[in-house]
Amino acid sequence: MALSSTVSGNALILSLTGRLDQDNCDKFREELAVHQATSERDRLAVVLDLSGLEYVSSAGLRCFMLACKQAKSYNGRIVVAALQPMVAEIFQISRFDMLLNVFPSVAAAVSDVTSNPFGAKK
Amino acid sequence: MIVRFWGTRGSIPVALTSVDIRDKIVQALMKASGRTFATTEEAYAFARDELSFSVKATFGGHSSCVELDLGGDEYYVCDMGSGARPFGSHVLARQQGRPATVNVFISHVHWDHIMGFPFLGPAYVPGMKIRIHGCHDILEHAFRLQQSPPCFPVEFDFMAADKEFVQLTPGKKYEIGGLSVTPALQLHSGDSYGYRFEVAGKTVVYSTDSEHKLDDGSEVKRIADFFREADVVVFDAMYALADAISVKADWGHSSNVVGVELCQKALAKHLVLFHHEPANNDATLERLLVETQRFEELTREGPLLKVSSAFDGLEIEL
Repeated sequence: MALSSTVSGNALILSLTGRLDQDNCDKFREELAVHQATSERDRLAVVLDLSGLEYVSSAGLRCFMLACKQAKSYNGRIVVAALQPMVAEIFQISRFDMLLNVFPSVAAAVSDVTSNPFGAKK
Repeated sequence: MIVRFWGTRGSIPVALTSVDIRDKIVQALMKASGRTFATTEEAYAFARDELSFSVKATFGGHSSCVELDLGGDEYYVCDMGSGARPFGSHVLARQQGRPATVNVFISHVHWDHIMGFPFLGPAYVPGMKIRIHGCHDILEHAFRLQQSPPCFPVEFDFMAADKEFVQLTPGKKYEIGGLSVTPALQLHSGDSYGYRFEVAGKTVVYSTDSEHKLDDGSEVKRIADFFREADVVVFDAMYALADAISVKADWGHSSNVVGVELCQKALAKHLVLFHHEPANNDATLERLLVETQRFEELTREGPLLKVSSAFDGLEIEL
């Protein structure tokens, strides 16, 4: 699991690669918390680019849920984008596609959060 | 051994309505559109082979009750939900007046898991033995309480069978009749206990009303060890994962996704989704089963894990 960041307009794009599961979810949460602090401070919406995510377990999905909860606490926004087919299926089966805003591409996500960076809740 | 499901619904029994039945008939007629059946057997074959489960059948409505049938005059049954009524009728019909011992294993004393006991036929028959096993120290109190006025007209002591409460300790292995039984503590309001049953090289785990927090690796390992290489794991899959860890966190239940992950980790052979959400109809439960089988396929790294969904009347032969 690796996490890298770039800023585009009002969006903080976090690219997650590899596998996210019980073994590395604590590390992911720690790194994500740092980025969320930046997001809150700089008033940036977070776009999680999952195009490089190969697998996510329930423990990994829980990290997304906690991040979403955290974002709501400061009236921020976190969305996910560009899911690989397998990860998209896992989102659908676990109903995480009902919990998080899911976009087909990073560009679509950035466009959406640029027009509505804060306070937009599904 | 046969694992026989008498009650599979969570929280409260449910019943099909006349509208539900009508809709199933309409769907079957539409599926058969243009077909004719010369004999009843042909019609049965059509229903069996060409209709989906949710059209030709139902997952059912009784609350938790699962029998482990070893044959003979000694019975083993998990929980006394409303499925205990037909289970009791089955015992009486099979015994034909002969005495029997019914070993009951209670996960916890929430109402949906004990509400069938006042309707357990053998409990009213002199000469029958009912041994109620559990880890809660309030087990007997709860059984007596639900049959106290003004809640029920027949008090516990009126039931003529020889009734006994047996306190078990979680983590300790017991030999009860022909079975090895090991209870395990589970996360649920007021605690619940799962049971690992072993006989003749076969293992069945009954694990309902159990929430699995995902932030504690040692707890995941403990549960996986409890499920280790089981032939059948009966698993509380009441909610979708997203609900179970967000809006329904701390409600004491789990999800199909976590069931697959734990069974994969444990190298269990067969996961049976159980304790169905009462709001889910047959079509929804059928879709959840298909999705769970797909999730197992997507995430499989070891041997195949068979996935089924429990329904009232399901029998699994081991």
